[in-house]
Amino acid sequence: MALYEAVIGLEVHAQLRTRSKLFCSCSTAFGAAPNTNVCEVCSGMPGVLPVPNARAVEYAARMGMAVNCTVNPVSVFARKNYFYPDLPKGYQISQFETPICEHGHLDITVNGQTRRIGITRIHMEDDAGKNIHSAGDNASYVDLNRSGVPLIEIVSEPDMRSAEEAVAYLKALHAIVVYLGVCDGNMEEGSFRCDANVSIRPKGQQEFGTRAELKNLNSFRNVQRAIEYEIARQQDVLEDGDAVVQETRLYDAVKNVTVSMRGKEEAHDYRYFPDPDLMPVRIAAEDLARWRADLPELPQARRARLMEQHGLSEQDAEVLTADRALADFFEAATAVCGQPKKVSNMMQGALLRELNQRAVTVDAIAMRPEALGELVRIVEAGLISAKIANDIFGELLESGAMPEAFVKERGLVQISDTSAIETAVDEAIAENPAEVEAYKGGKTKLISFFMGQIMRKTKGKANPALVTELLQKKLG
Amino acid sequence: MTTISTEQVAAIARLARLAPDEAQLETFARQFGDILGYMEMLNGLDTTGVEPLYSPVQHATALRPDEAAPRCTREDVLRNAPEADQEFFIVPRIV
Repeated sequence: MALYEAVIGLEVHAQLRTRSKLFCSCSTAFGAAPNTNVCEVCSGMPGVLPVPNARAVEYAARMGMAVNCTVNPVSVFARKNYFYPDLPKGYQISQFETPICEHGHLDITVNGQTRRIGITRIHMEDDAGKNIHSAGDNASYVDLNRSGVPLIEIVSEPDMRSAEEAVAYLKALHAIVVYLGVCDGNMEEGSFRCDANVSIRPKGQQEFGTRAELKNLNSFRNVQRAIEYEIARQQDVLEDGDAVVQETRLYDAVKNVTVSMRGKEEAHDYRYFPDPDLMPVRIAAEDLARWRADLPELPQARRARLMEQHGLSEQDAEVLTADRALADFFEAATAVCGQPKKVSNMMQGALLRELNQRAVTVDAIAMRPEALGELVRIVEAGLISAKIANDIFGELLESGAMPEAFVKERGLVQISDTSAIETAVDEAIAENPAEVEAYKGGKTKLISFFMGQIMRKTKGKANPALVTELLQKKLG
Repeated sequence: MTTISTEQVAAIARLARLAPDEAQLETFARQFGDILGYMEMLNGLDTTGVEPLYSPVQHATALRPDEAAPRCTREDVLRNAPEADQEFFIVPRIV
């Protein structure tokens, strides 16, 4: 069996986080009642004129800067012509020959290997509406609320060689759009979506194989699974002596397969031409300079800084910088207690667990980073045990209470008074003569049994280090 | 002289959801060829170093501040649709 290499390029659509649409003042709010954010422009009435949204242009340019693109001071909107009921104008306004950004790149690291993924271009375009298909009657229903919403399409070079690399690239892009605040990154609502061009070729061959375009990849996991499936499918096709067909394939997440949608013979000829309703977009040099000057620290740079400044492992730094709010939370909490590794552990343990359980993000909770920092501090100072901290975490997260006051009020402060612990230790020893014998006979693992007994008697408040010390002395 | 085949005209017609008959295909093929042939005169000019002109209008792009404001009611938007209910445009089933 020949050894194959996959060649993958991604086309990522990110919805720009503007209030209004790309060419009209209709709201971009998600989830509004059908056809309530629609006007003459975004419903394709004759005689209307599109007027570009200044913020969309700014966001597209900022994204280009963040991924090392050249931002073209002049870019041109073009019409991409095709018919579909969710496209009332009969064409999408996109950019073709002269997109706003070109020639960028992004470095990704997979299995300790850093690779540079080229970014061919980033262009602005308006989104289509939404078709809803009824099972009952012989009709489709069209909602144009999304029609005209601003998108950027980020087109990569075919530089990725595995599903892992594709996911790493996609995650890196996702982190950047969210850091910049140009896109909310919500994949379920379709604010950030991805098509993948996948082909395979015998290892060592220069020419690309025939590619399939995969659609409907609406989560990182689906991107991974769909590409893996598609690579295996194309290998089977070639192994059987058949040829891969150039086509669009839809990923079915439930069955974990890709299914042919349309072949090349039906491939579109979009007949792009410059949109005569729109002048070329000109960006002033001062604006470009200003946007460049206030680019925020990006995830990769921040990850490197957290590793350098706080001694975090690469993996910890990656988890904490995946979300800007999470990284901000980490830095604020660390500033309070000066214990970056403990803060990182508590965030990746208790905090992420509680967030996942509630399906919320860190900026939506009552707990302030100062509270988490204080919690780390009082655990380290021996005021409460790590177990108690873990037990009360959910309540602190919900209430926003400051931990020190909270544990004092609840009487959860750890018992570090030797005489109080000694009583509990003596009781435990007196009540369990058989275990005492066994321990003395060499079953030293029973120390955790005694620990459990004593913790029960003290409601988890005994200082574990003191308990161990006393137990060893008395059983020794 | 540019020649356009009837097959090319048929392909373009298909993209525009038009179904011309044989006689029309012939007519359009000849007309397309004439128009493109006329435009070919431009290829005789040396345009080295000349920036492409996308529009005879030369003023700067008019951009709009990002402010959302409702313009139309749903009733207005759906009014001219060949078929609609109170919420949606309705089209023949597409999948």
